[in-house]
Amino acid sequence: MEISEIAIKAIYAIIVVSVLMGFCSYAVLAERKISSWIQGRVGPNRTTLPFVGSIPVVGKFLTRLGVFQPVADGLKFLFKEDVTPGHVNKFYFTMAPIMALIPALTTVVVVPFGYYTNAAGEVVTLVLTDLNVAMLFLLAVSSLGVYGVVLGGWSSNSKYPFLGGIRASAQMISYELAMGISILPVFMWVNAPGSEGSLSLVDVVNSQGGGLWYAMWMPASFLIFVVCIFAETNRLPFDMAESETELVSGFHTEYSSFKFGLFFVGEYAHMLVGSAVVAILFLGGWHPLPFATWADFGVSGWLVGVLSVGTLIAKLCGFMFFFMWIRWTLPRFRYDQVMRIGWQMLLPASIANLIVYTFIIYFLERP
Amino acid sequence: MAIVVKRKPLNLLEKLYIPEIARGLMVTFRRMFFGETVTMEYPEQRPPIPVGYRGVPTLVKDPEGREKCVSCQLCEFVCPPKAIRITPGEIPEGSDYRHVEKGPKEFDIDMLRCIYCGMCQEVCPEEAIWLQNQYSMSGYSRAEMVNNKAKLYELGGTLPDEHFKWKKKKEAAEHGGGHH
Repeated sequence: MEISEIAIKAIYAIIVVSVLMGFCSYAVLAERKISSWIQGRVGPNRTTLPFVGSIPVVGKFLTRLGVFQPVADGLKFLFKEDVTPGHVNKFYFTMAPIMALIPALTTVVVVPFGYYTNAAGEVVTLVLTDLNVAMLFLLAVSSLGVYGVVLGGWSSNSKYPFLGGIRASAQMISYELAMGISILPVFMWVNAPGSEGSLSLVDVVNSQGGGLWYAMWMPASFLIFVVCIFAETNRLPFDMAESETELVSGFHTEYSSFKFGLFFVGEYAHMLVGSAVVAILFLGGWHPLPFATWADFGVSGWLVGVLSVGTLIAKLCGFMFFFMWIRWTLPRFRYDQVMRIGWQMLLPASIANLIVYTFIIYFLERP
Repeated sequence: MAIVVKRKPLNLLEKLYIPEIARGLMVTFRRMFFGETVTMEYPEQRPPIPVGYRGVPTLVKDPEGREKCVSCQLCEFVCPPKAIRITPGEIPEGSDYRHVEKGPKEFDIDMLRCIYCGMCQEVCPEEAIWLQNQYSMSGYSRAEMVNNKAKLYELGGTLPDEHFKWKKKKEAAEHGGGHH
């Protein structure tokens, strides 16, 4: 690979990561707004900027919507006093939030987000790296995120954070299996007998073009995967690692300002990548409707690039909304219930699902 | 007699849990789009204050615009947390209200100490100190939280007065007549 190619890839990577970070901060705003609407509150509506906020109607509307709130939140994270407790090992204590953020930002590398057709009429997929083993990479790296949580809990040298970190690791183990098994039917279907094997996410999306989405004809897989994504990202009702009612705030009890901000951004980046993966695996990726692709609507060239990226982002936002919606609907599970759901219900269910679809796929694909 | 709420055994749909989640989601969805906002946006919207509310103690003037306080210091004496500090003063020479015995030179209420008990209002013989509707006192320093005389009159304003005690005293002194 030449230097110029590496440079271009680096620039792409920076663009993708900064877009992801931007999405993170606005996901926080969305979370606050949606929770306020569900609870009959107003939510952030005071933060304003000097010039933009004073535009007659639009400025007022944007202020009421809280659009400028992420800026204030970010500045607050930067400039608040950063407390490091005296009884911790500073190196590990600082490493933990970094380790929580890095896997979340790394996983976005293999996530495809659209395609366009170039002048020669070839389809070019918009993805940083079209890995052949993208799904394995994604599962492997995203589960590394729990190291940050465990290290944060352990290095805080305090009891509640420690319990939170340990819980996070146990919970991660009990969901990772069900999650991995639940998506096997999808890849079994993608890799039809005789074809070249692939775990690439691009191939998954392409295989959904012009047909049913996998959420429709593998609903059990979809359901199990969604539940596992909730557990994987430590979201309610599975936020055992930071349950305020039991553990103050779990693994990040001792963290303040910027380090806490890193944990926070890491969690939201994790959610965003998780939503993108759900959209890609089960909700048809960048295809607008089941049984239809953008090509069927006759768009091509750069326009299809815009539309396909827009479609994927819309699905991603929809799923993010679902994340938040669930958060304010379901109460938190007790820890033993979490373990029971993970080991006694989801794992057997996903294995049964795998067996059923193995037979279905076998009979459908049999020549 | 305690009321015993019987727990019905869950039926199959409820045991499956997923339909119940869907129902719960519908509840929150309806709440989000069709529910009304119940919060009050405080500095702009204020709650209605009930009649007889005991808020911040204030000093009031009578309809003639005269200070009603005669610096008898009863409120200062009765104040449980000793929040009130009065420096008595004379009514200046040539004033229209020369007939009034005295007036306060300085009148401070330390709102960091005040417990809003209302005893100053109870004890005041001139009905000069009133606990009114104002309830949100805030400041950036301790000094800011001490209400001086000007601030107290600004907060208090004017209340209706039926007695005009000192006016009657003056009339009685000038024209003769019964004492009050």
